[in-house]
Amino acid sequence: MRNGNTMNVAAITKDEILEILQEVKDPEIPAVSVIEMGMVREVIVSDNQVKIVITPTYSGCPAMGWIHNEIKKVLELEGISNLIIETRLSPAWTTDWMSEETKLKLKESGIAPPQNKTNDFDGSDLFNIIKVPAAIICPFCDSDDTKMISEFGSTACKSLHYCNSCLQGFDHFKCH
Amino acid sequence: MSIDATKKALFNFAIKHADDRLILGHRLAEWCSTAPILEEDIAMSNIALDLLGQSVLFLKYAAELENSNRTEDDLAYLRTEKEFRNALLCEQNTDDFAYAIARQFFFDVYDYYLMEALAKSTDEQIRGIAEKSVKEAKYHLRHSSEWMLRLGDGTEESHKRIAEAVEFLWMYTGELFETDGDDDLLKSEGIIPDLSGLKAKWYESVSQLLAKATLDVPSIYLFMQSGGRKGYHTENMGHILSDMQYLRRLYPDAKW
Repeated sequence: MRNGNTMNVAAITKDEILEILQEVKDPEIPAVSVIEMGMVREVIVSDNQVKIVITPTYSGCPAMGWIHNEIKKVLELEGISNLIIETRLSPAWTTDWMSEETKLKLKESGIAPPQNKTNDFDGSDLFNIIKVPAAIICPFCDSDDTKMISEFGSTACKSLHYCNSCLQGFDHFKCH
Repeated sequence: MSIDATKKALFNFAIKHADDRLILGHRLAEWCSTAPILEEDIAMSNIALDLLGQSVLFLKYAAELENSNRTEDDLAYLRTEKEFRNALLCEQNTDDFAYAIARQFFFDVYDYYLMEALAKSTDEQIRGIAEKSVKEAKYHLRHSSEWMLRLGDGTEESHKRIAEAVEFLWMYTGELFETDGDDDLLKSEGIIPDLSGLKAKWYESVSQLLAKATLDVPSIYLFMQSGGRKGYHTENMGHILSDMQYLRRLYPDAKW
């Protein structure tokens, strides 16, 4: 406990909270924290209360409830009990909010980071909407001679690929 | 129009789009472990999970608008059949994989254009859900379109079965584009955009893909089933709800 005083919220700064939240990892991708994922949008410290605004990643991500509880748990350990966690849906979370450093961490843990931007709308032409995305670069050998096995992988946030150069299967963190 | 009337319209709007996703997600999840290949088990379960997640977001918002003690879980597990507002397409039984794919394709095209339109809503919650969902709808659509092409332009057997599925499920597609007083109210207040162009966009895209899959394109003027949006469901619905709500009703306060 930082100050040995459970009520003294004012003594903690926003930067300290951000640092504490680095401990909260995405359970499906333990290499990166909720801060690095860009999920924590705002931290507001007022006299007697801490408010944290988070934006969910993928609609069906089963880890959201767990992350919510984990944020609460680590901050309570630091003596912050008067905590509000607000969920903000708009603007929707995007992989563009992940830093280059975070993307490198993903790569080092064997997950190809998000490579294509999908934020631009594709108009209403169906064949344009469904066109196959560009090949994903292999996180192990950097080859672009890869193919997509399935757009749906081990978790809601990953697609499944195969590298024709190093003959390894790998996950890709879906662009959102 | 009073705030209460607007809130009520938004509640109904959130409920019907939640129910489409909840019921179709449940139907899709039935394919987990029975799809033709392992990757497809995973794909169908993943799409089911996305739809379920979207449904939870809509139901949470509905619960918030209602401002009673009901939670999203209560809305999912404790409403009766007549209180569900999903389109009949979503509840259709699909023992044949071709039917599951055709049902999904019809829904995915609709879903993509709907979410693209709702991403321009002036309501922050609706806009947020749609901004997220449209990205998911895109790869759902890519998945079902690819299967439509593979089955339609595949073997004689796969062609026959997907053609039957298209023919059977076609009568359930018209309902997706029905609008009601709530839609009109929300549109007139500038909360949701005009959705009257959806049907034409849907038909154009569906026609193009069916043609490419060497399948006949049914007429948009054929007889269409209707009722789900008013709470009148097909026989399937009772079976779905008894499966989906059984545990929660048996152990009302169960936690895990």
